Amino acid sequence: MSQVNWNNYACRDYYDELMAAPGQPRASAGELCNMLARFSAEELAERKTAAEIAIRTMGITFTVYSEGAMIDRAWPFDIVPRIIPASEWRKTEAGLKQRVQALNLFIDDLYHDQKVIKDKVLPAEVLAQSVNFRPQCVGINPPHGVWAHVCGSDLVRDGEGTLYVLEDNLRIPSGVSYMLENRNVTKRVLPELFASGKILPVDDYVANLYDMLAAMSPRPGDEPQVVVLTPGIYNSAYFEHAYLAQQMGVELVQGSDLVVDDDDVVYMRTVEGRRRVDVIYRRVDDEFLDPEAFNPTSMLGVAGLMRAWRAGKVALANAPGAGVADDKVVYAFVPALIRYYLDQEPLLPNVPSYLCMFEDDRRYVLDHLDELVVKPANESGGYGMLIGPRSTKETREEFARLIKANPRNYMAQPTLALSTTPTLFDGLAQPRHVDLRPFILSGPEIHVTTGGLTRVALIEGSLVVNSSQGGGSKDTWIVETDDNAAAAAAKGA
Amino acid sequence: MLSRVAENLYWMARYIERAEDTARLLSVNSHLMLDLPGRLPLGWAPLIEMTGSREAFTARHADFDERSVVHFLCADTDNDISIISALASARENLRTTRDVVPREIWEEVNQLYLNVADHVENGVSPRRRDNFLKNVIRGCQTLTGLIEGTLSHGLARTFIELGRQLERADMTTRIVDVRSASLLPQNPEELLPFENLQWMSVLKSLTAYQMYRQQVRLRVRGPDVLRFLLQDPNLPRSIACSLETLGYELTLLPRQDRPAATVSLVRADVVDADIQALAHSPSKLHAFIDELQIGFAAIHATLSATYFVNDDAVPMATTPHQSQSQHHAGDNDND
Repeated sequence: MSQVNWNNYACRDYYDELMAAPGQPRASAGELCNMLARFSAEELAERKTAAEIAIRTMGITFTVYSEGAMIDRAWPFDIVPRIIPASEWRKTEAGLKQRVQALNLFIDDLYHDQKVIKDKVLPAEVLAQSVNFRPQCVGINPPHGVWAHVCGSDLVRDGEGTLYVLEDNLRIPSGVSYMLENRNVTKRVLPELFASGKILPVDDYVANLYDMLAAMSPRPGDEPQVVVLTPGIYNSAYFEHAYLAQQMGVELVQGSDLVVDDDDVVYMRTVEGRRRVDVIYRRVDDEFLDPEAFNPTSMLGVAGLMRAWRAGKVALANAPGAGVADDKVVYAFVPALIRYYLDQEPLLPNVPSYLCMFEDDRRYVLDHLDELVVKPANESGGYGMLIGPRSTKETREEFARLIKANPRNYMAQPTLALSTTPTLFDGLAQPRHVDLRPFILSGPEIHVTTGGLTRVALIEGSLVVNSSQGGGSKDTWIVETDDNAAAAAAKGA
Repeated sequence: MLSRVAENLYWMARYIERAEDTARLLSVNSHLMLDLPGRLPLGWAPLIEMTGSREAFTARHADFDERSVVHFLCADTDNDISIISALASARENLRTTRDVVPREIWEEVNQLYLNVADHVENGVSPRRRDNFLKNVIRGCQTLTGLIEGTLSHGLARTFIELGRQLERADMTTRIVDVRSASLLPQNPEELLPFENLQWMSVLKSLTAYQMYRQQVRLRVRGPDVLRFLLQDPNLPRSIACSLETLGYELTLLPRQDRPAATVSLVRADVVDADIQALAHSPSKLHAFIDELQIGFAAIHATLSATYFVNDDAVPMATTPHQSQSQHHAGDNDND
């Protein structure tokens, strides 16, 4: 380990989250960067070890499925936080709320009158070929008209420093527990910096989640019985399911713990007998949720759950069918959807996208495969993608074939020069690419997490931040800079 | 508490107790083999009968020789009643429910399994066996102590206690059975000189020898030992004591009428048993033990029906075993 020297920090090629130029921290990061530079090599090593020990003793793990076995791995974490000034975050937050509001109106429309198609804002063929549109959900009215109660939107920053929305995860987004635990670890490791009170807290998430779920109860007035439904210990996000259930003080259930009776009410089996369940925060995919309605061989779901939901006897978050809006082709239409449903200009930009279903776009994509990132409409976790500049001729040819065979399933975006942020390797701070996943809760009110989960590609030059593919994470600080604090104080007075 | 969680805790405790008592069972037989003169044909086959695993054993082994039987009961991972399998099952049952008990309990179960897995292949050799079995017993006792000392009185603890006491009662009858009809020759005269020896082995394997001396204050005699192991209200491993604890734990639960009534019936059988008659007839003793084991199975059945299944009117929504690929379903936005 050696000492951090910001003058040697090579951040010229990309927008860096903390450093404006080598040796010049941004205003919001000054305090942190100065402190890290003051640390001796030993002290830096000590802090890094402290973080590793905290992660082990707190039992923060994620599960990977590898070579036929499940492995619990310690959560890969870097102690240098990523910092966003509060003034910028407030605008981002407003943009995310706007976006999710439009998406929920859109989903509700698709399962009712489909005005968006009649008014020719969304081509009918996009819906016709959507694999996540669930006919079983047509005509259902979930509480507050909300379908995507928990949304995780991925944000990236390009070379100019502009934040773009890269995708919206509306099915069962995960990662929020790591956001919360990253903060707990960082408080242990860098306590000095929290003393100033400029770092905004993140810990109201669990309370907001519980309040949102409780507000969905079909039996208002009674104390609602809320549960978290998990596929089980072998799921890669089981840690998070257990964590959220524990933090909310509700039961963590599996499909076999629940039963739907002839009265369409959902019960859980307890040692006291059967007990009515009002709200299910489900972390099981749509297709496995109910063998009566979807995949009949599913052993993870609850037979009759859709029946109970349709009858309004139980509330589900997220609503089945919400995934229709996180299709990567639908994504390209979100700015238009915001204008259509809210009559507002989008506050957050989309990454420019080419839809292979349109002939002009498709021709451009096929001609520029070596420059573009090509994504299938319905994959997640970074699978099934082509990253043009790093691809081989064979994979490009394969993708050209795939695109021609099923154009609706593919979209392409320019390869973004993702922003970097300092990450420690043997005491040296090196730039690594990052993204950001904030979580948005939609109930009677909309709440956005303060910041979100910052994921970092630990491999030099890599753009892949997924933990299953060599990614790690960092704490994310939304910091009031002195200007902001002064302005806020003046406003208050 | 969810029925599934209660059931997992109950089985975790049963498997831990089963591992410990299988170690005790092997230990008593090993000592008897050493103590009895060669002309008495005491074998290893009865251990297989006693653990109800004849079919599984004969599928893998031709002879009931010492090495095969000991390996089968300690180290065979394909045999689901072996010590290693019991510990693996305990661990799997706790894995999904570890959030309801202090973290150290999970770590201890995990450690116990890993330790035994490391040493079991060598541990079955005659020279190392005694030490290996003692280590298994000590590991299980450590865990029991940890639960006793750290887990709050509540539903989790009650279901753990129910599992442990029922398994202990069941396994203790099997250990006593070593002294019954299936093990020893029918001719009592031939046995007489060694009778004390045999009963002393049984006492020692249950860590009950000193307690017996303090309590009974007589030399070791069959009827007294049998009365002590079946009916003594104070010895923690006596059948009566286990059933007493079961009855008490049930009073802490809702809807306990049916299981409590079943426990009372079995307890009455034990308390009213004609010890003299049983002590003098190995075959009567064996029949009596069979009867008790049927009683224990009935207790389990009512516990299961009351607390674990408890939806007689409603068909099971899913089967308990889920395929690996489906576990993977969900959270596709994760990483």
